[in-house]
Amino acid sequence: MTDHLWLVPLIPLAGAAVNGLAGKRFSKSLISVVACGTAGISFVLALASFFDLLQFAPDQRHLLKVYFTWIASGDFVAKAEFLLDPLSAVMILIVTGVGFLIHVYSIGYMHAEDGYYRFFSYMNLFLFSMLILVLAGNFLLMFVGWEGVGLCSYLLIGYYFDRRSAGDAGKKAFIVNRIGDIGFILGIFLIFMTFSNLNFGEVFHRIAEDPQRFPAEAEMGILTAISLLLFVGATGKSAQIPLYVWLPDAMEGPTPVSALIHAATMVTAGVYMLVRCSPIFSRAPIALSVVMVIGILTALMAATIGLVQTDIKRVLAYSTVSQLGYMFVATGVGAFSAGIFHLMTHAFFKALLFLGAGSVIHAMGGEQDLMRMGGLRKNTPVTFWTMLIAALAISGIFPLAGFFSKDEILWSAWSRHHPLVWFFGFATAGLTSFYMFRLIFLAFAGEGRYPEEVRHHLHESPRSMTGPLVALGCLSIVGGLVGLPAWIGSNTFFRFLEPSLALALNPEPAEASHASELLFAGLSIAVAGAGIYFAYRMYVVNPKSAGEMAIRWKNIHRVLLRKYYVDEFYDAAIINPAMNASSDVLWKRVDAGLIDGTVNGAGRTVQNFATVLKHVQNGLIRSYATWILIGMVAMLLYIYVFLRGY
Amino acid sequence: MDLQHYLILSLLLFFVGAVGFIIKKNVISVFLCLELMLNAANLTFVAFSRHLNQVHGQIFVFFVMVVAAAEAAVGLAITIVLFRIRNTLSVDDADTMKW
Amino acid sequence: METVLFYLFGGIALLAAISMVAQKRVIYSALSLIICLCAIAALYLILEAPFIAAVQIIVYAGAIMVLFLFVIMLLDPFSAAILKDKKKSLGYAGGILGLLALGVLIPLLRSYHLSQVPRNPETVSGGIGTVNHIGQILFSEYLLPFEMTSVLILVAIIGVVVLAKRRS
Repeated sequence: MTDHLWLVPLIPLAGAAVNGLAGKRFSKSLISVVACGTAGISFVLALASFFDLLQFAPDQRHLLKVYFTWIASGDFVAKAEFLLDPLSAVMILIVTGVGFLIHVYSIGYMHAEDGYYRFFSYMNLFLFSMLILVLAGNFLLMFVGWEGVGLCSYLLIGYYFDRRSAGDAGKKAFIVNRIGDIGFILGIFLIFMTFSNLNFGEVFHRIAEDPQRFPAEAEMGILTAISLLLFVGATGKSAQIPLYVWLPDAMEGPTPVSALIHAATMVTAGVYMLVRCSPIFSRAPIALSVVMVIGILTALMAATIGLVQTDIKRVLAYSTVSQLGYMFVATGVGAFSAGIFHLMTHAFFKALLFLGAGSVIHAMGGEQDLMRMGGLRKNTPVTFWTMLIAALAISGIFPLAGFFSKDEILWSAWSRHHPLVWFFGFATAGLTSFYMFRLIFLAFAGEGRYPEEVRHHLHESPRSMTGPLVALGCLSIVGGLVGLPAWIGSNTFFRFLEPSLALALNPEPAEASHASELLFAGLSIAVAGAGIYFAYRMYVVNPKSAGEMAIRWKNIHRVLLRKYYVDEFYDAAIINPAMNASSDVLWKRVDAGLIDGTVNGAGRTVQNFATVLKHVQNGLIRSYATWILIGMVAMLLYIYVFLRGY
Repeated sequence: MDLQHYLILSLLLFFVGAVGFIIKKNVISVFLCLELMLNAANLTFVAFSRHLNQVHGQIFVFFVMVVAAAEAAVGLAITIVLFRIRNTLSVDDADTMKW
Repeated sequence: METVLFYLFGGIALLAAISMVAQKRVIYSALSLIICLCAIAALYLILEAPFIAAVQIIVYAGAIMVLFLFVIMLLDPFSAAILKDKKKSLGYAGGILGLLALGVLIPLLRSYHLSQVPRNPETVSGGIGTVNHIGQILFSEYLLPFEMTSVLILVAIIGVVVLAKRRS
């Protein structure tokens, strides 16, 4: 039935290969057809697999397809296996669906680039890696996909390779990711040590069926250790504290890349991994607390930084970091499906925001500074309306998608007895709507602050770009409706995901009245509305007030603008000492001094030895005879001393 | 006389020859010492032949003598050639095969 | 009786050998060696090896030493008055080594119980060293080496003639 599952990642791989190897000679339309076609076919197949899955009864929706045995070494066996269950079905739909829309968008956005074929090849390769990641049936294969998306991220961030900053940003992304990956690998090792198996089903069933050996751990135990290590990997990939620093720099890449990889899919891999490992995490309350705290701190911190940034893509980057924090908060309090729900809605409206920003940049002829935009509402109407929808969605305004998902998270935080987390989340929601509408107003409202020659260039984007915008806009509007809470509507999404989370320990949330849920929903809308109102006051009604406020609170403004000096701190504390140690100690003393010295010294010693020894061969017969005699006498002495009496 | 005396005698002769081989500077003297060493070995063989009542020792001596003759002849021929080229009979002068 | 003869001829051989090494002029060394060889031939006779004794006199003392004397006659007057000694230490090394070796070997020898070495029990008429017996053994058991020696001598002759020929 789901025999075409293996095609879902492999067709984009084929597209990547074709475009990568032969694309240089293709026409742009052929490259586009290959790339978008493979993405589209992959989406159709993902949809077919999803419907196939629905044929099964809910508790049997767990299809493991083993393709071949990849590693068989002694006791260790790793197979190439795909797992199709509700969680991975949701993920492949998001990845291929949003991915396809972004591919179509890129036709228009990248049409003037020389490396057109290279871009699409890397994008298809990314789709392949991400699909491997979410479809993998064991930790090792998931790690393969994990690394693959990291690689594609590096390739795509550094797409404009003639720019030094792009190359540096790519390297930064890859290296910071790598640091996270160390934690991930250690986690996998620990899992293997404990369970001798890396298959998801095997490991999770063993945990669930042995509550004596794997209880919910009140203090540090093996499950907590595994969880914390896996979480380190997640902080790297999903840009949480302390490994988020690569994401803002990653905006050096083309905007579709930012939309696909750094908003909708790759950065959500960490969240997916956490939810996939819910049986482990739910039994490690300490780890969950860590996740929750880091999530909420990241959300708050990133939102504050986003308040003052002037580059349109940077604002969205910090917004992504902040929303990812929300997803981690959800998993941290134990509301795993709420985290995935927010992942889905975030994919819609964040991708839309990025693509819209790309449309704005395209219209402005490359300008990215918000302070030099303005009044684009008239020039780019489609972009304006779709971005407005996305901004409303992310702010959490009823009845758009973001409201349901964000509200679910905040309610979970409160009802599971984390009031402080709720409060910070609540404050962050207000900040979110503020900076989002700041962006909208600065770009689209008021009068243009751009120079004269740009005015002639302003135009709405072509249909290949506005089409996906509209599609994503519709999804942002209706996407939340699948996740209506049980007491309003069908609660489809959460019930659908239940089989995937069956093996997790679920503490019962406190029974609260529907009234209090409604109250909190109202509070969320109110704080979002307040954010919009303040943004309106500061950027439309009285544009100068923003500047005045910046001057009055000069120091705070500077700290926020400089991103709390985190990059500078990392440079001073970690990077520069490491580079100095490398250069002075490892290179000069160890490599050149010790190793070269030893090798050269060995050679020199032999040479000196030979210089002395060569005098034995002096050509004199008498001397040779003497040596023979010496040898003979030595042998005789030996016999005399040791072998006498035989 | 028992065997031991003969053996010790031949030992003494041998080492006189060996030391002479190292000490002497004239090529021909060196050859003479060589012959002495061979003769000491022959003496050992004959002594053992008598002691063991076997003839093989003496046969071996016979062959040693033949070989010594041939070797002496060839060696002296080489000495003559060497003298022709280098015009000296010093052993230490033929030392070009060195480092 | 044998003891006296042994010590007599043994002593002569030894003295002649030492004299050979000690002489400065090569002709005296050669003559000393001849005396030594004759003494050794006498020792062979004591050891009941008449054939070998005769061969020693004829071949060694008679042929080889004459060859030596001829070469000395040819070359010695023309050799340099003072022969070069490039490594003086060799002399001392040789002396020390010789003494050391003797010091080791003689006690070693004395420690072996040679009288316990088994003797071949069969007896041959006349003794094993007679021309008769040796002739028999030589031409039956050792025929091949015997013929080979003739080849060897032939090769030696050719080699010598080629080497020593005057280049004209």
